[in-house]
Order: sequence, then structure tokens, then C-alpha cells
Amino acid sequence: MMMKDLSYSEAAVLALQHEMQADARVVVLGEDVGRGGIFGQYKGLQQAFGAERVIDAPISEAAIMGAGVGMALAGLRPVVEMRVVDFALCGMDELVNQAAKNRFMFGGQGRVPLVARMPGGIWDASAAQHSQSLEAWFAHLPGVVVVSPSTPQDNYSLLRAALQCGDPVVYIEHKTLWGLRGEVNEDLAVPLGKARRVREGHALTLVSWSKQMQACAEACDALAAEGIAVDLIDLRTLWPWDRETVLASCARTRRLLVVHEAVQVAGFGAEIAASAAEATGCRVARLGAPRIPVGYAPVLEAQSRVGPEAIAAAARKLLG
Amino acid sequence: MDSSNSGTALYRVMVRIRAFENAAEAASQGGVSAYGQQAAGAAKVRGPLHLSTGQEAVPAGVCAHLRASDYLTSTHRGHGHTLAKGADLARMMCELFGKASGFNGGKGGSMHIADFSVGMLGANGVVAAGLPIAVGAAHAQKLLKAAPGRSQAALPPPGGGHGLPGPGGSGANNDITVCFFGDGAINRGPFLEALNWARVYDLPVLFVCEDNRWSATTASGPMTAGEGASARAASMDIAATQVDGNDVFAVHETAARLVAEVRSGGGPRLLHALTYRVKGHVSVDLAAYRDPAELAAALETDPIARARGHLLAAGVGAATLDAIENAARDEVDTALAIADAAPWPEPGAAFTDVQTVGAGQWY
Ligand SMILES: Cc1ncc(C[n+]2csc(CCOP(=O)(O)OP(=O)(O)O)c2C)c(N)n1
Repeated sequence: MMMKDLSYSEAAVLALQHEMQADARVVVLGEDVGRGGIFGQYKGLQQAFGAERVIDAPISEAAIMGAGVGMALAGLRPVVEMRVVDFALCGMDELVNQAAKNRFMFGGQGRVPLVARMPGGIWDASAAQHSQSLEAWFAHLPGVVVVSPSTPQDNYSLLRAALQCGDPVVYIEHKTLWGLRGEVNEDLAVPLGKARRVREGHALTLVSWSKQMQACAEACDALAAEGIAVDLIDLRTLWPWDRETVLASCARTRRLLVVHEAVQVAGFGAEIAASAAEATGCRVARLGAPRIPVGYAPVLEAQSRVGPEAIAAAARKLLG
Repeated sequence: MDSSNSGTALYRVMVRIRAFENAAEAASQGGVSAYGQQAAGAAKVRGPLHLSTGQEAVPAGVCAHLRASDYLTSTHRGHGHTLAKGADLARMMCELFGKASGFNGGKGGSMHIADFSVGMLGANGVVAAGLPIAVGAAHAQKLLKAAPGRSQAALPPPGGGHGLPGPGGSGANNDITVCFFGDGAINRGPFLEALNWARVYDLPVLFVCEDNRWSATTASGPMTAGEGASARAASMDIAATQVDGNDVFAVHETAARLVAEVRSGGGPRLLHALTYRVKGHVSVDLAAYRDPAELAAALETDPIARARGHLLAAGVGAATLDAIENAARDEVDTALAIADAAPWPEPGAAFTDVQTVGAGQWY
């Protein structure tokens, strides 16, 4: 067993290094990837694998995503870098109408095994165009896998799984998790579509993903001090999501709270809550940001943040 | 070459495209139009049908220089490109009918006609969307050529494999990608992004602008600033050549040079073919918005009639050309019968080829 202490971004680099070594078809393309990417998530890869495989691209999100589709069809396995999910919107036709639909529309003639990395979430003091959480959009889209890792281990293992899976993957790392450190077991495989139980409890099922796992863990500590034991689940993959684990927990606890950083309205929490209510009849609640763009001033930005206190309060309300 | 076998070969390609589309148009009568009118009776070819009548010389002249391992991306008006690239005509008709034996198993229809086995990577319902895909395919060709060990054959197939011949499939390893698009597409960002990309990475791609002077119901000229496709290519240091797109021999000759330049590693080129859209935008569109005199003038330069005249003058017998036309009509009749008799897709096919991860989780 190879254990390493790595940051969330170093874990991603290691995953790419392993995949690029193992599979000569894996290439990376995007803006600034040659210098290691703006978050260090490609650090050293161009030196190791050359500029032909770690390809610096012009500021052309549509072409980066579209070229990724063409490369995939022609036999490569591209990792396309969108910088932040907010800019991925400039390549949206290429993802939504091309990558996601190619295999189906052409009757299975084509495959688009690409991984589109698009860091999401609130980026401190970066305001409305650099702080969005749009994962629900992609979960709504037949044809893609949606992954959102919360730890260095998961970023390592899930990125490898994404590269191996053969489907187009929307891979959403959090813009402020890059420095998070943790133990990474290089041999640990994490399958796509499997959630992780972070804490065990019987009072309540709490489901979340990505950075919000940290706020949830804090809330769980506060609740534990009050004698409330929470079943905390990190979804890790949003599509397909781990219904089995979540619904089994809900059937046990009879109460579900879903928490996400994204706007609550029409968020993915609604999907999980509705599914749990339909399948188990449990009580459900969801907690996300108000439907406002993320503001710049700290006091405005704070209005979009879902913190541990709000999570604990929502849990108490659900129990009451 | 006019009197040679390749002259009649070009004629055959054009005539087959015309016959195919005439039949498809007839089979689309009575259906639901893209603009919402609904007529009585069930059309066999449903939905929007974009005909390339009058534009046949461009795909015929260009694709004559391509092999199955070259890639091609196309537009919503893609029947001609697909046939010229070597796709089976009857299977194409099956796809237009929505039948299980169509290239896409009935999942795509006319607007998404494709035959990956001859490198035709698909018609596209989104204007200009084929351009970035084409540069990606060309980029892959260049990388795979530089590192032959990275070839698909040597590695497990991506996610279950597909029907592509694969770069270098012919063994020559200097395959190229050809990208057809309309004059309207040059006003979308992906056109500019793709041309820049092609030049920056010096990719083996030939861009072919089929300038038919119209974009849906709007004339393209007044909607395009500057000199159009050629000028925009030139601004990015991509050599552009204009050609009379209704003269199949001129297209063939010009494309021969450009394809050779691209194939030998010269980088991207653009062919700006001036042609005309004889029919409406979709088969139900009668094009009442355009001046009848414009159409009448354009019909004088119909590429098939011109090629026929040219071949006759060069000594090819009328009987030879008639035989080519009759053969095309017979082939299309057979295709119609095959498509008619072919079974529909199983309803369950709607749930296949969506994605592997999470397959079965539909709700
Ligand atoms: C992005 C996008 N915008 C609009 C349309 C609707 N549309 C379909 S074809 C077409 C005209 C395209 O003109 P051109 O590129 O010149 O091709 P042509 O139809 O003349 O062959 C339009 C506007 C579309 N399919 N995609």
C-alpha cells in the first residue's frame, strides 16, 4: 500500500501521471496547463510528458471542448480544462449537444471518453462570474457522468476512475479545496457512483458533496454535542448517484437533509429529497444558497454561504 | 480529366446525391415541418430535411480525393457529404426513415446522418459545431502520427470501441480531416476558434465553406461583415482558395491541390466554394422570400447539367451518362423499398448507447 500525504491538487496530478503513463491515449488540453494549470493541478506534467500531450490552448473554450470531442472520437482520451465552471459555459454546445449526445445520436458509432474539469463553487472574493455551483445542470443532462470529489484521496481515485470509464465526465473540483491535504492511498480504487459514509448515526441522514462536506462535518460535531448522531454521506458522484446507500440510510433514520453550496432552487438536493420521500416516505429538507448571484463584498458573499450553524439549525428543525 | 473515367465518376456521385435527395424529399411530403405546419398523412421521412440540391459538385469534387480513413465532419445539410465519402446509400435511406438498420439505428435521422466506418463523423444540428470537432480529430491524427505507438489498435478500445477506421488505417499514416460548413457558420465563434486552433497547431485539416448565399430564410451577404470566409481565413494565415462550386471539375482540381498540401503536412487550408441553394432551407420551405430571378439565374449553372454538357463535349456518349442516371434512380428505388420494409427500432433501443456508467438509472 502506497500512502502519501498530498494536497487535493497534488492528488490530481498524481492521478493524471499514473493514467498518462498507463495509457498513451491520455492527453491534456487547456489554457495554462503547460505551466501546471492555475491551481497547480497539472504541475510537472508537461515536463514529464511533453507539450504534445499536455497541450497549451488558446483562450477558446468552445474549441477546447469541441476539439476534445473530436480527439476522443479519433481515439484519444482527452482531459479538457475549463479553468472554472463559469467559463465552461463558453463551451456549452460542445459539451451538451456534442459530447453528451454523440454516442446516442449516432447509434453507438461513436464514443466520447473525455473528462471535462471545471472547478466549481465560491472562490473567495471572486464575485458572481467565478463562484458558481452548476452541478445540477449537468446532472440534468443524459449522457454524462458528474463527479465532485471532496478529499485528496477521492480526487486521486475518482479522477483515475473518470479517465478509465469511457463516458464523458463532468469533473467538478472545488475552487478552494486545492490546498486541502490528506492521506492518499495510491492503490485505492473508488468506483464512480458510490457514496462514502463519513459518520454513522441514527437520528438523521445528512447528504452533501464537495467543499460542503466540511461545513457538514462541523455541524455534525455541534449536533453530536447535543446527543444527535448523524449519518453523514458524501455523495462523491452526482450522476449516477448512490441511491442504494442514501435510501437505505433514509429508511433507517426516517429523516433526510441534503445540503449543497449551489442555489437551493432546482438544485440537485431537490432530486435527492424527492427520491427519498418517494421511496421511503421519510421527512425531507434541503438547504442551499438563496437564488442570488454571489456578491463580492464579504457581507454580500456571506449571504450565499451555507454554514455549519444553518446546517445544524436545519437538522434540529427536521428532528423537531 | 473531363473525358476520363474520373469525369464520369464525379458525375455518378452528383447524380446519386440528386436522386437520393429527390426521393427523400418526396418521401417527406405530408409530414410535420420544422416550422410547425402539419399536413394530413404520414410522411416516411419526418422532421426537418435539408436538401443540398444544386450543391452536389462540392462534396463530389472534394471527397473524390479522400479515403475511408480520412475524417469528415458535416452540417445539417449533410446527405451529399455522406454519400460522397462512401456511405452506403440504402442504409442512409433507412436512417432517414428512422429504421433500425439505419446508420444510427433510427436515433439520428437526416440531420445527424453519419457513417463512422467511412470516417464520416456526423452531420450536425448546430451551425458551426462541426468545426471544433474537426480540428480535434485532425489534432488526434497529428499526435497519433507523431507517436505511432499511440495508435488505437495497440491499446484497448475506448469504452467498448467504435466503428472508426482509425487514423492511418490505410497504412499511409497521412490521413486528414475535411470539414464542411455553410457561409452562415462563419459568423459563429466556433468557426473563428477552430481556424485559429488549426493554424496554431498546424493541423491536417481542410475547411470547406459551401457558400450557397443563404442562411435559413436570410441572405448571408448582408449579415456578413467584410469579405467572408476566405478573408477570415487569410487573416489567420490560412491560405484560402475560391472556386466555382458549381463546376465539379474546377472543385475537383482545386481540391486535389489543397488535399495534397494538407496531406503532405502543409497545415490547414480553406476552400471557399461558391454555389447556390436551389431549394428552400428545409424541404417544406418554398423559399417565397427570395427573388425568382435569382433562382432562375442560378438554375442556369446547375452543376449536374453543366457537367453533363462538359462530358458530352469531351466525347462521352449520352448513353453512358443516361445509364449512370438510370442506375442511380434504380439504386434509390431499391433503397426506398429496403427502407420501407425495414423494421422499426425496438422501443427499448431508446435506452441503449446513452452512457455506460449509471446505465439503467433513468430516474
Ligand atoms: C447555433 C445554431 N443557430 C441557428 C440554427 C438554425 N439554423 C439551422 S441551419 C441555419 C442556416 C445555416 O446557414 P449556413 O451555415 O449558410 O448553411 P446552409 O443552411 O446555407 O447550408 C440556421 C440559422 C442552428 N441550427 N444552430
